[in-house]
Amino acid sequence: MAQIVNHADVDRSLADLEHASELEDLQAVIIKLRDTYCIDHLVYHWVNSQGDQYGCGTYAPAWVDRYIEKDYLRIDPVVLGCYQRFHPVDWKRLDWSSKAARSFRREAIEFGVGNQGFSIPIRGPNGQYALFTASHNCSDTDWDEFTKTNRRPLILLAHFFNQKALEFEPDRLPEASRALSPRETDAMTFLAMGLNRAQAADTMAISEHTLRVYIESARFKLGAINTTHAVARAMSRGLIVV
Amino acid sequence: MIRYLYGDQLSKMPKLEEAMFLDRADQFKMRLGWDVEVDGAGRERDQYDAMNPLYVIYEKPDGTHGGSMRLLPSTGRTMVNEHFADILGGGEVRSPLIWECTRFCLSRGAEPRTAAALMLAGGEVMENFGVKHFVGVFDARMVRIYRRIGASPEILGAMGAGKEKISIGLWSFSEQARARVGAKAGISASLSRQWFARAFGAGHPPLAQSA
Repeated sequence: MAQIVNHADVDRSLADLEHASELEDLQAVIIKLRDTYCIDHLVYHWVNSQGDQYGCGTYAPAWVDRYIEKDYLRIDPVVLGCYQRFHPVDWKRLDWSSKAARSFRREAIEFGVGNQGFSIPIRGPNGQYALFTASHNCSDTDWDEFTKTNRRPLILLAHFFNQKALEFEPDRLPEASRALSPRETDAMTFLAMGLNRAQAADTMAISEHTLRVYIESARFKLGAINTTHAVARAMSRGLIVV
Repeated sequence: MIRYLYGDQLSKMPKLEEAMFLDRADQFKMRLGWDVEVDGAGRERDQYDAMNPLYVIYEKPDGTHGGSMRLLPSTGRTMVNEHFADILGGGEVRSPLIWECTRFCLSRGAEPRTAAALMLAGGEVMENFGVKHFVGVFDARMVRIYRRIGASPEILGAMGAGKEKISIGLWSFSEQARARVGAKAGISASLSRQWFARAFGAGHPPLAQSA
């Protein structure tokens, strides 16, 4: 469990994600990422208001079939607990007290879902809703350590998967802009030129604290989980000139 | 005590809900003269309240509203991006790790510790949900209050003048700031955690192995 995640591997997967053009591509990426994080499962699950669902992930196909056949969307505490929310949830914090929820969980464990889970709800445009979940079989202590270490990258990955899935929608509505702002462009440029954060902040006449916010936002818009990759991406896309 | 309630959960506590929106009208319309909409019943609500935000509310012992703030992730529509883009350097801030904090409100005659309690709760949200930064929109008099409770945001800029002056600032989580606001609020770390757990679940194992 105490594996150190190789960020270069995550970045390669994100590049693959960027080039994905159909659901099968997303499936290949999520399998690779699951392996990178050394956990049992990683799942992206889109649910719409009509109760239609689709996604990709590493759960056993038999479990996915069972879930759909039994209409477990109606009782799954993860789906119920994350709907209309935007904070990430450790499964331990959800309400598993009902009889239906307990037997659902027993069954999920039998199908190899794992006894631990961490789910990130995503609110897309116009009421779109999806979940990104990591699950595993381990002790509470190990899982706490895993989620503490990897929570933020997983939150970013959740949103990157959702953006991609939204792109696949035939009649999709316009999304929030992902263009870099002038300040974000400056921040990426100075970092690309080899300035450290203090120097970049100084050059831009802002504090390091403020610079961190611009970098964070740029990183998200560029689909990267760390700053080095964000800078590389901004350069390769010609968004910055060094 | 601190309540963490999404918009769709407010109706479970109607007295608190009513008092919050009335106090917001009192603060932003009556006292500060901001250009905000107040409905026939005297409640101040805007379009972002319709987006099911997460409210952090200081509930007084009599069950009414002492103060509150409203949180939304910057991946969706935000007041900061739609109204204050100039202050942020002319673009949008977007990341699931950056949330905005707006409508920071203190009821008339709120105990001095109220603002500190809200900031303590803000730290709880950051720490537990992996949020790195809050971008806040607040009235300029809050700058002094934040400083007094030891939770000064970094001010990015302001619009307007006098009572109507609106400031934009940034907060990041720090253990020292948390300890400071906790002390100012007179709330222990364990009590704060307990309030948070009551809203979002305690984190006990879902099932005994035997279940």
